[in-house]
This record gives sequence, structure tokens and C-alpha cells, in this order.
Amino acid sequence: MRRIVSILLENQPGALSRVVGLFSQRNYNINSLTVAPTDDPTLSRLTITTIGDDRKIEQIIKHLNKIVDVAKLVDLTEGSHIERELLLIKVKATGAQRAEVKRVADIFRGDVVDVTPTMYTIQLTGTSEKLDGFIQALDGTTILEVARSGASGVARGEKILSL
Amino acid sequence: MLSGGDMLIRALHDEGVDLIFGYPGGAVLHIYDAIFNQDKVDHVLVRHEQAATHAADGYARATGRPGVVLVTSGPGATNAITGIATAYMDSIPMVVISGQVTRDSIGLDAFQETDMIGVSRPVVKHSFMVQKAEDIPMVVKQAFHIATSGRPGPVVIDIPKDVTDPGETFPYEYPETAKIRSYSPPTKGHSGQIKKAVEILMNAKKPIIYSGGGVVMGDGAELLTRLAQKLGYPVTNTLMGLGAYPATDKQFVGMLGMHGTYEANMSMNDADVILAIGARFDDRVTNSDVSKFCPDATILHVDIDPAAISKTVTAHVPIVGPVVPVLEEMLEQVNASKVQIDEEALAAWWKKIDHWRERDSLAVTPAEGEVIKPQQVIQALYKVTNGDAYITSDVGQHQMFAAQYYHFDKPRRWINSGGLGTMGFGLPAAVGVQLAFPDAIVACVTGEGSIQMNIQELATCNQCALPIKIVNLNNEALGMVKQWQDMQYGGRHSHSTYADSLPDFVALAESYGHVGIRIEKLSELEEKMKEAFAIKDKLVFIDVCVDPNEHVYPMAIKGGAMSEMFLSKTERT
Ligand SMILES: Cc1ncc(C[n+]2csc(CCOP(=O)(O)OP(=O)(O)O)c2C)c(N)n1
Ligand SMILES: [Mg+2]
Repeated sequence: MRRIVSILLENQPGALSRVVGLFSQRNYNINSLTVAPTDDPTLSRLTITTIGDDRKIEQIIKHLNKIVDVAKLVDLTEGSHIERELLLIKVKATGAQRAEVKRVADIFRGDVVDVTPTMYTIQLTGTSEKLDGFIQALDGTTILEVARSGASGVARGEKILSL
Repeated sequence: MLSGGDMLIRALHDEGVDLIFGYPGGAVLHIYDAIFNQDKVDHVLVRHEQAATHAADGYARATGRPGVVLVTSGPGATNAITGIATAYMDSIPMVVISGQVTRDSIGLDAFQETDMIGVSRPVVKHSFMVQKAEDIPMVVKQAFHIATSGRPGPVVIDIPKDVTDPGETFPYEYPETAKIRSYSPPTKGHSGQIKKAVEILMNAKKPIIYSGGGVVMGDGAELLTRLAQKLGYPVTNTLMGLGAYPATDKQFVGMLGMHGTYEANMSMNDADVILAIGARFDDRVTNSDVSKFCPDATILHVDIDPAAISKTVTAHVPIVGPVVPVLEEMLEQVNASKVQIDEEALAAWWKKIDHWRERDSLAVTPAEGEVIKPQQVIQALYKVTNGDAYITSDVGQHQMFAAQYYHFDKPRRWINSGGLGTMGFGLPAAVGVQLAFPDAIVACVTGEGSIQMNIQELATCNQCALPIKIVNLNNEALGMVKQWQDMQYGGRHSHSTYADSLPDFVALAESYGHVGIRIEKLSELEEKMKEAFAIKDKLVFIDVCVDPNEHVYPMAIKGGAMSEMFLSKTERT
């Protein structure tokens, strides 16, 4: 099962490598990883999506918690949550395809953020699943480049991940 | 006003450290000069950085206080890795200070530069790279706090050379507390869970207490003993847990696991309730296929590390907390409980266990004539030292024989590398133990394979005048490897023998300034051992020629249940 784990990490040199190292060391999967500072410059927020059964996820969370630099973490998939990922995609857009690509982008509420006579750069945000869907819908066209940010997320409602 | 180097040594002193183990080199020369200029923190010069870590480790295991190591950058740091990993696997508190190249040359492949933080990362509890001299006191405070609290472990402090420059001085103040907002180890167990566990424990018909290294390291041996004796239940210890319950007490059924006693493994397999405390269901205990592990047992698991719980074997009642407060609360609740232990069931259980005991799985069949069995050496050692020595060990058959035949009645007396299984651990560990307890009897039970992995420490022993007794079970082979080859590879001894190229250990010991004694005949075993241990002021290397064909039994049958064991070369359960 896919899980999204959000972590507040001390903004210390080497802290990120401890988290990433844990995954390779213990043979856990990382599907995506995002990291950036928060409003508090001493803390980074990390979001990791991973796959595993309940037992594995429990171990991952316990081991993450053991890392001294990990201040707090939450498995967002345990409750309802909001998840967003950003996609920037360059697609070939010539002739009849130009209109078709634009139409698909509109359906997915993507924005064309750059154009050349032969291609579009489209920006799309949404759940990772939605982004997958969009890329699939572009199947008939030539995809030139894909840049995805990896998922980031917060819990719905009043639940807050902070110190 | 102090320089970074002076601050470091001063901070160690303020932390209560009076002894460090190390080896100098370019990146730590400022620090060595700071050591030279004071007399509060003593330094022991080893002959290899790996030995520094094992010595600090032995010191920590025997005293409960953190071991401290100082090494230079690059090769000094990488040489320390095996010892750090050894301490990590066995949860030993240790602080390793490594020199680093100057700040402005980090990342430039400077001379003797190694990314120590990166290289050590998977085998440390935490690590620090000191960014500026002013940070040294707080980093030291935090490093010791992390190394010694929660589940203990090694912590690395990497210090660039220019940070310790004697030319730059700073105000010094040692912090009272280590403020680490992201680190808060558990301080007590969950009362509700403890209550639940006690209830199950007291209603058990076939209970067993399975205790591990956590009880030794957590100083819970006395409480565990009280709890076990209050309940009257059988106790088994892991390899790491030996001494947590007195081995000569009738409730002790011996070590469990791969080379555990028949009665310990049978009792585990048949138990209806297992109280696992400070133990981690290691594959050397569970015998790898956990689906066959103790099928009828309700498992109550106490550990300070939540990640150790339900990692391999699912706990029915998990309790996260340090052993002392958890055991205290358990004892209170047992005393207050209205549940009556089913004495009849317990008596029947003991009857069954006594029946297993009668199998006498550790019986030693003497060899013919004057041939010495390795087990007989440990029996003699036990006798000669009145069972009251500190025993360090290396890794192999000799280690298992020591664990099986030296009956440890006290915690912190059995010092071995259980988790990593590091050959070369024994002698340097004995150095640490003997320095901690100068008047105690410290014996290193080793094999001719293992001892050669850190034999250079004979020089350290000479320099420090350490009267360690080395008991070398010389079977002229990598015995444990050979045993596996006998049992699983049709007796093909691929690269496990070297009888034609062994050194003369007596002469070797003598050349390092020690006493060497060789024992070749059974009839002189005890007498010569006595003679060796009567020498109080010198290291004695006792080279005992033992039966090269002996195997360690019982031995768990791979992939089987705990009840499946080889009991000798010809018998199995
Ligand atoms: C550093 C290291 N290398 C290899 C091994 C694998 N190993 C385990 S026991 C053993 C043989 C040890 O020989 P010796 O010290 O003579 O002990 P014996 O088994 O003969 O008593 C070996 C090679 C190990 N545990 N540690
Ligand atoms: Mg040997």
C-alpha cells in the first residue's frame, strides 16, 4: 500500500542523508521525496511516499523516529489528507496535435506555461494519481521531458504537524 | 579562554571521563598536545584504531560508563569503523572523536580526508561535525547524552583540525544539560500495558522469562532476578544477556538459541507465555524461520527501542521503556496482584523442564588419553577463577564454549561481540576491562584465529602493565567455520585450516615481554592454569592445544523450530 509520510527534520548538515540512508540500509522503498525549509528556518519539511504492508510501514516509522534529527513525523495516509504534486511536462505540439494537447491540458486544468512553434510546456498540480492520469492521457503524443516534484501533503482539518 | 583542543579535553573531564583510548595522527595533533598539557584525562595508546574502539567498548560493557575513543582522520577513522559497528550492534555507549582535515580543505580530497560522518552513518546512533570551536562544549554534552540514554550506542564527533587550533581561544563553559528538542527517549513503560502483561504472566501455565543484553546494559539484573524469583518461573538468557540472572541458580535453564541448552530451547518452544525483556528476537535465537517460533506462546515484550518490538516476532503485549522502571512497576503489580499463580501447573511445568535437563546437553565426553577438549579448558578456567572473573571473548567455537561452560552469576562479567560477531574483539576489550578494574581477574578466551586479528595489542598490555590472562583454545583452525563445513559442506575445509603456519604463541608472548605457557596434556591442564593465574602482575598467554575435531553442541537445525537441534555429531531431536 502507498503511504505518505511527512517529517519535520532538524535543518542540520547531514540530516537528509540519515533519512535517505535509512531507506537504502533497511531495504525500504522511496517512491518520491520532497524537502524544503518551513516557516521556521531551523526545520525542514520532508515528504516521502513509500510502499509497503502495515508491518513494513510500522518499522519505517519507528526507525525514522529513532533518527535524532527527526523532530516529528506523521503518516498522512492514516487519516484524510490533502496531497499535491507539481508536474512540468514538455510535449511535442505540431499540426493537429497542437489543439489536441491543449484540449487534454484543459480537461486536467493544466496551464501551458511556455510555448515554442513545436512544443508546449504544461504545468499541472494535483494528486500524484491525477498527474499519472494526465501523462497517460497524453499517450498519443510525444512526451519530451517530465519533471515531477514528488508529493507533498498536509492532514485535513485541524490536525497540525508542528513542534 | 581555551583553545578548541583544550576545550575538548576539558569538556571530557567535565563529563566525568578520566580515560580515553586512542592513536595520534596529523588531524588530531592539536588535541594530543592538549592531552599532554593536563593530567585529568588519561590516554591509553593502542596499536591499532580498531583496538581503541574495542577497548573503549570493553570498558563500557564492564563499567556501564561510556567508552571514549580518539583517532585521526582518514585511515585512523576508517580503522575505527569495525569497532563502532560492533558497539552499535550491541547497543554500547561510546563516543568516538575523529580528527578531520581543516574546514577549508573538506571536499577537496585533501591528504587523509575521509567523509567520516558518511562512512560511519549506518553504524552510529548519531554523529556531529563540529563547525566551530565555540560549539565544542555543547556538542560533547549532546554526544554523551545521546550515547548513554535510551537505547545506548556509539556517537561520532568529527572535528576539523583548525577547530582545535591552539592559537585561537574562546570562553569556555560546560553546559548543564543537553538540549535536543528532537530527541526524547522513553523514561518509563505504559502502566496499562504493564498491567496487562502482569495479568497474563501470572495466569501462565508454562511461562518462561527470556532476557537479553538490554537487562545487562540497563542495569536491570537485580530487579529481573527478584521478579523471576518472586514468580518462581524459569529464566533463559541470550548470549548478550548472560549474567543478568545468576547462572548457578536452579531457575536458570541456560542460554537459548543457536547453541543454547536443550532445556532452554525446549522450554521456549513449549511455553505458553514468554516474557522477553531487553532482548530482540535475533535470528540466532529464533532460528530464522519465525513462523515456527514458539507456536503456543503469548509474547510480552519489554524493550527501550520501539523498533525492536514486533520487528521479527510479533509481540502480543508490547511495552516500550527502560528495564528498571518497567521491572519495578511489574514487581509492584505482581506483589499487589490478586491473581494466584497456578502452583500445580507450574510444578508440572518444572517437572517437564527437569526432564529436559536430564538430557544434560552440555555433558562433556572426555577424549582419549591426554587430548584436551575445549570445554574442559573453560571448566578449568571457571574453577581456577572461582567463577568470578571478567571474561572477554572473541568469536568462534571458543566463544560459545565460554558462554556455555563459564557460569556467569553477575552482569557485566561476560564481554563479547554478540551482534556483529567481531573476531579480534577479545584482547582489546580485555584491555579496557582491566584498565577499569585493575585488581580484577580478567581473562580473554580466544582462538588462534581471532587472537591474530588484534595480536599487536600485546604491546599495549606491556606498556600499561596489564595482567590479563589470555586463554587461547588452539584448535589450529577457524573452528567454527570448519564446523559448518563439516555439517553443511561435506567436510570440505575450504580455507579454514593453517596448522603449518601458526606462530609459536609462547615465544610471541615472550617477545612482547609477557609470560607464555603452553598446555598440551589433560593431566596438566588444571595445574598449569592455576600456575598461570597465580601470576598476578604479568600478562600470561596460555596456549592450550585442544581437540581440533570438536563441535559446539547443541546446535539449532537451520530453518527449524526452537525444538530442533543437533545434540551431538550423531544425535538430533
Ligand atoms: C572479522 C571476522 N572475520 C570473519 C569472521 C567469520 N568467522 C566466525 S568464527 C571464525 C573462526 C574463528 O576462529 P578461531 O578464532 O580460531 O576460533 P575457533 O572457532 O577455532 O574457536 C570465523 C572466520 C568473523 N566472525 N569475524
Ligand atoms: Mg581456532
